[in-house]
Amino acid sequence: MDISQLLYDLFFDYTLRTVGLGAAILGIVSGMLGSFAVLRKQSLLGDAISHAALPGIVLAFLLTRTREPAVLMLGALIAGWIGTLFMLTITRTTRIKYDSALGLVLSVFFGLGLMLLTFTQKLPDATQAGLDKFLFGQAATLLQRDVITMGLIGAMALGLLVAFWKEFKLLTFDPEYAASLGFPVRVLDVLLTTLLVIAIVIGLQTVGVVLMSAMIVAPAAAARQWTDRLSLMVVLGGLFGALAGVGGTLISSSAERLPTGPVIVLCVSTIVLISMLFATNRGLLWNWIRSQQNRRKLRARAVLADLNTLAMQHPDQEHGHSVSVLRAMSTNPDGVSYALSQLKERGHAREVAHEVWALTDEGLAEASKNLENKRE
Amino acid sequence: MSQAQVEIQLIASIVAIACALPGVFLVLRRMAMMSDAISHTVLLGIVIAFFITRSITSPLLLLGAALMGVITVSLVELLNRTGLVREDAAIGLVFPAIFSIAVLLISRFAGDVHLDTDAVLLGELAFAPFNRLRLFGLDIGPEALYVSGGILLLNIIFIVLFYKELKIATFDPALAAALGFAPAAIHYALMALVSLTAVGAFDAVGSVLVVAFMIAPPAAAYLLTDRLSRMLIYSALIGTFSAISGYWLAHWLDASIAGSMATMTGVSFLTVYLFAPERGLIAQARQRRRQRIEFALTMLTMHIAHHTATNEAEQENQVVRLNEHLKWSQQFAMEIVGIAERNGLIRQQEGLLLLTESGLIRAQQEFNT
Repeated sequence: MDISQLLYDLFFDYTLRTVGLGAAILGIVSGMLGSFAVLRKQSLLGDAISHAALPGIVLAFLLTRTREPAVLMLGALIAGWIGTLFMLTITRTTRIKYDSALGLVLSVFFGLGLMLLTFTQKLPDATQAGLDKFLFGQAATLLQRDVITMGLIGAMALGLLVAFWKEFKLLTFDPEYAASLGFPVRVLDVLLTTLLVIAIVIGLQTVGVVLMSAMIVAPAAAARQWTDRLSLMVVLGGLFGALAGVGGTLISSSAERLPTGPVIVLCVSTIVLISMLFATNRGLLWNWIRSQQNRRKLRARAVLADLNTLAMQHPDQEHGHSVSVLRAMSTNPDGVSYALSQLKERGHAREVAHEVWALTDEGLAEASKNLENKRE
Repeated sequence: MSQAQVEIQLIASIVAIACALPGVFLVLRRMAMMSDAISHTVLLGIVIAFFITRSITSPLLLLGAALMGVITVSLVELLNRTGLVREDAAIGLVFPAIFSIAVLLISRFAGDVHLDTDAVLLGELAFAPFNRLRLFGLDIGPEALYVSGGILLLNIIFIVLFYKELKIATFDPALAAALGFAPAAIHYALMALVSLTAVGAFDAVGSVLVVAFMIAPPAAAYLLTDRLSRMLIYSALIGTFSAISGYWLAHWLDASIAGSMATMTGVSFLTVYLFAPERGLIAQARQRRRQRIEFALTMLTMHIAHHTATNEAEQENQVVRLNEHLKWSQQFAMEIVGIAERNGLIRQQEGLLLLTESGLIRAQQEFNT
């Protein structure tokens, strides 16, 4: 399928436009709020909350008998919130660690949701059909009004994020300082966590319970590689999330039997991989290049020092020393030739005969300067 | 009870114990969420092994799954070691990606085989008895019974053989390394075991229940004992109880067996969390209350001793003055005075509080310390 057709459909085909828009909203909200979760070492909280939301969805349906997305989202929100609270209480009052509390809430709440879901499905009135799309997410079933609901709730969450930006920033990086300044840390913590729950709840219908956690962690983790500024990271996180959402929607619509949720997750994983490799600041590639450069610099300096040592054994500085001697002195014999050529470039050494080298005046000055620095 | 019901409960109990045993070490080593990651990623191992063997029953599937579990752990550690993301984020990045690949492979190339994501995630124990194992044409019981039984046996053998090593590597990895116990090797062996258990169990109960069985019973047992050996036994018992009670809950509600069992592991945990003799919430609250009363009694005796035989004794040593001096509410003051009287620390004379012999001793002891 050609790309222009896909892009055309993205704007003019109802289903594709709806799904793409939904995925974009989900990506923006989860990427931005996920940034805080990742920075606060709560990456897996998203996983737990998304699972914990399931019983809330089913109970909301059981109580109201509607499939109104806003009602189900409210149920999910409450359940996710109770789950979070439960985790905090367990870790505060017992010696059970955070990770166990996460796993406990995740699996037990999800099991409860599953039990309620299967129980509901056997009830006589059949309107509950479609509840299980929350399990794996069925982006294709998104309706325009679902997207509008998602957009409104998401906008509200982001509005709160902007309104409490300074407080959240402080809470994320230095909660003790925030407390000492008199900020209500507990309240802020609960508020920020609630916003995260909202982000998750928005995404459940699109990518499902299992894969929602990736949408919280991955865009933020990718954004983290490019910047050290929180504001930029949050914006990038939202951007990456939206990119993965729309990209995943397009790819999954380009072929048969490509479920949207997993494709979106693979898109965002690719973004993470690219970021980790090529990000200008922390990326592995640049890191590697930098460390290579450093190593070469140090090696050149070591060879210079060796040459200096040799020169001191001889009365005249013009006396040349063979490369093989320098190799014998070096910890990395293979790098000696390259180091010498670098020294030559800088004018610190010169080749007096074939494979025989001597220090120049600049080289001598440089070597004694290095030696002095070392003594200090 | 029909034979099928007995078999289901038997399989579930075996799975529960098989999960709880390695789960103890996961909980103690703070790696509980690794079970969540592994229980999802083993799916890719199964799918790949399935494409190679073209058989859903091949033992290679188990092997592929166990391998994928170890790969998951290695990938998480690799990511973690780059220093670019923290460990929790690394877990959160690795397993959804691997799981997504597995789901895509299934929906693209294996749509018509019994390998759907619902079955893997949710499990269907109700069908386990229909899949019989036949030996020489003889029906010797459901296959799941043998698979889970074998895995349980493997877990027990591993834990018994390497009990000492596991224990020391769990509680003091540095010492284990210094003594030459190779904590890394034990770590990976344990992870392979977790993967194997997860895959063997989730065919019967689904991957989410695997997490529930691996974490909830050990977490509950952790509140009951300080001994590793007891923790293992309690976990197994709690797991078995949750499995059987969960089955009957499902039977009663006509709901998912896996879901009900996971719910029961939660109920078991909650019960222990509330009622555990020393670490339970109620025990903690009672202990706090007891300490508060003990402290108040001491304060009372000291207060009275301080003012006894002085000019202001008439005024100070009255119940009504306590809320002013000790910042006690009227109700609390009355209660403490009542308890002190019953314990023979003080007596009342014309509205005045007087120390008894033992009350005086208590106050003096406190003054001396």
